[in-house]
Amino acid sequence: MSGEQESGRAYWRANLRLVRNCLIVWALVSFGFGIVLRPLLSGIPVGGTDLGFWFAQQGSILVFLILIFYYAYRMNAIDRKFGVEER
Amino acid sequence: MGQQALTYLIVGATFALYIGIAFWARAGSTGEFYTAGRGVHPVTNGMATAADWMSAASFISMAGLIAFVGYDNSTYLMGWTGGYVLLAMLLAPYLRKFGKFTVPEFIGDRFYSQTARLVGVICLIVISVTYVIGQMTGVGVTFARFLEVSTTTGLFIGSAVVFFYAVLGGMKGITYTQVAQYVVLITAYTIPAIFISLQLTGNPIPPLGLFSSTQEHGVPLLQRLDQVVTDLGFGAYTAHRDNTLNMVLFTMSLMIGTAGLPHVIIRFFTVPRVADARWSAGWALVFIALLYLTAPAVGAMARLNLIDTVWPGGAARPGGELVYEQRPDWMRTWEQTGLLRFVDRNNDGRIQYYNDRNPAFAQQAQQHGWQGNELTVNADILVLANPEIANLPAWVIALVAAGGLAAALSTAAGLLLAISSAISHDLIKSALKPDISERGELLAARISMAAAIVFATYLGLNPPGFAAQTVALAFGLAAATIFPVLMMGIFSKRINNTGAIAGMLVGLLFTVVYIFVYKGWFFIPGTNQLPDTPEYWVFGISPTSVGTIGAILNFAVAHVVSRATEAPPAAIQEMVESIRIPRGAGAAVDH
Repeated sequence: MSGEQESGRAYWRANLRLVRNCLIVWALVSFGFGIVLRPLLSGIPVGGTDLGFWFAQQGSILVFLILIFYYAYRMNAIDRKFGVEER
Repeated sequence: MGQQALTYLIVGATFALYIGIAFWARAGSTGEFYTAGRGVHPVTNGMATAADWMSAASFISMAGLIAFVGYDNSTYLMGWTGGYVLLAMLLAPYLRKFGKFTVPEFIGDRFYSQTARLVGVICLIVISVTYVIGQMTGVGVTFARFLEVSTTTGLFIGSAVVFFYAVLGGMKGITYTQVAQYVVLITAYTIPAIFISLQLTGNPIPPLGLFSSTQEHGVPLLQRLDQVVTDLGFGAYTAHRDNTLNMVLFTMSLMIGTAGLPHVIIRFFTVPRVADARWSAGWALVFIALLYLTAPAVGAMARLNLIDTVWPGGAARPGGELVYEQRPDWMRTWEQTGLLRFVDRNNDGRIQYYNDRNPAFAQQAQQHGWQGNELTVNADILVLANPEIANLPAWVIALVAAGGLAAALSTAAGLLLAISSAISHDLIKSALKPDISERGELLAARISMAAAIVFATYLGLNPPGFAAQTVALAFGLAAATIFPVLMMGIFSKRINNTGAIAGMLVGLLFTVVYIFVYKGWFFIPGTNQLPDTPEYWVFGISPTSVGTIGAILNFAVAHVVSRATEAPPAAIQEMVESIRIPRGAGAAVDH
C-alpha cells in the first residue's frame, strides 16, 4: 500500500471520527435532553419550566449552530493537516 | 396614509426590488442558470438558503402550531433545524465536490444507472410539486387578506413576479432575490415579536422574554400560561402528552427529510469551494435560527394574549368573559375571513372559550351554564394577526404582509428551479437529447421553468383538497428515498446500482402505502383502510413520522441487496474516493 493511500484512509477516518462525535452531541441534546431524558432534567428549573423544555425549544438549536461551525473549523484544519485542502 | 395604501406601497416596493435584481442578475449560461456560476459567497448563500427553506409554513403556521399544542410540537423546532447538522456533515460538502448540477445527476452517476436517475427525478418532482402548492396558496391568501384583491388576482401577480426573476435569472437571479426576501421576512417576523415581548415581559429579546416573568403578574410567563390553559381545561403548555416513540420518530423524519430536500441541497452547489459549503450550512442555520428562536416565543405570548383578551376578568371565572359586542377590531376583521368564529351557544352574549372535549372539565362548565366552546381560532392567523392584537402601527401590519409574501415566493422559486433543472438537465439533456447545445439547454431550462410556473399557478388556483396533508408526503419521501441514497452513495463504496434502486423503491413504496392506508389512497377521502387516529397506528407511529422507518428499510435493503450482488466497478469506487477529498473541486466545475 502506498503512503498516499494510507494518508487518504487516515484522513477519512479522522473525518468519520469527528462526524461521529458531533452526531452524538446532536442526538443527545435533541432526542436526549429535549425528549427522552426530559424527566431526568425535570428537577432543574428554567424560567417557569424545566431544562428539558428549554433544550426542546431553544437549547438544541443553539447547540446545532455551535456544532456546525465547530465541524467546519475542525474539518478545514484536518484538510490542511493531510494536505487535501483546496488551493 | 391609510392602512391599505401603506400595504400597497410596502408590498409594491419589495416587488419592484425583486424585479430590479432580476435585471441585474440575468443568467448567460447553463452554469449560471443552474448554480449561479458557483460564485456565491458562503454567507450570501446561507442567507439565500434560509429564505429558500423558510416557507409560508415556517412564517405563517409554525408559531400557531406551537401555540395551540405547546411542548409536544417542539418537534418542528428541533426537526427543521437539526436537519442542517446532517446536511453540513453528511451531504453538502461532498455533493459540492462532485460538482454537477442536480441531485438526480449524482444518483445516476454514482450508481451508474439511468434507472436510478429516473427514480430520483420522480421522487424530486413529487416532493417539489406537493411543496409548491402550499406556497402558491399562501401567496393567494396573503393577497386576499391584506390587499383586498381576489385570491386569483393575487396569485397571478405573485406568479408574474416569480416568472420574471426565475426565468430570466435562474439560480443567479433567485439567489440574490432570496437574499432580499430574507431581509424582508426576518424584519417582518421579529419587529412585532419584539414589541409583544416588551409589552408582556419588558424584555425586548423574544427568546429571553419566553423564559422571563410577566410584568403584570410577576410570575414566569410559562408558569402563568400553564396556569391559564389548565384553568380552561386544556393540557398544560409545557407538559409532555404525545407518545414518546412517535415524537422521536417524527423529529427524526423532519430532520432527515430536511436534509433530503432537493431544492435545499442544490443551494450548496453555488458556493466556490468545499470548505465554503461547510461554512455556508452554518450560516444558513444562523439566519434560520433567528426566526426559529423567535417562533416559540411568539407562540406562547400570542396564546397568552389571546386568552387574556377573551377572559379579561380572569380565565374560567364566571363573568370574566369578554362581552361579544365589546370585542376588539382585530377579531372583527378576522371573523370576516372565517378563520375566527364565534357561536353563542348559551345566548348570553359573552365569549366562553374553553376545552369542551375534556370530560374532567365538563361538570364545572355545566355549573357555570356554559354549553360548549364558543370561539374557534385557526392556528394560521396567530402570526398574521399578532401586530393587530398588540395594537402596533399600520406600517408593521404592512410589513407582515410583505414578509408573508417574501417567505412564500422565495421558497416557490427554489422549488421551481429544482423542478425545471430536473426536467431540462436530467430528462431532456441526459435521456432524450444528449447532443443538445449549451444554448439549447439554457433555452430548455427557461421553457421548463415557465411551464413549471404555469403548472404551479394552476395548482394554486385549484388546490387539491389534500394540500395540507401532502406535506407529510413530501417530508416522508425526502426522508425515505433521497436522504438515504445520497448518504450511502458518499459513505459506502460497496452499495451498487441494484442495491440503490431496490432501497429507494422499498423506501418509497413502504412510506407511500403507510400514508395512504391512513390518509386515503392518493388522498381521496373515504379510501383509507384504517382511521387516522393513534389507537390504529402501528406501535403508535403516525403517518407523518413514518419517513424514518422508510429510511431504515431503504438502508437495510440497499445493504443486503448490494452484498448479494457484484461490487461497483473500480471507476465508481475511485469517484467515491475523489468526492471525499476537497482538493480539485475547481476542476470538476465544467463538465
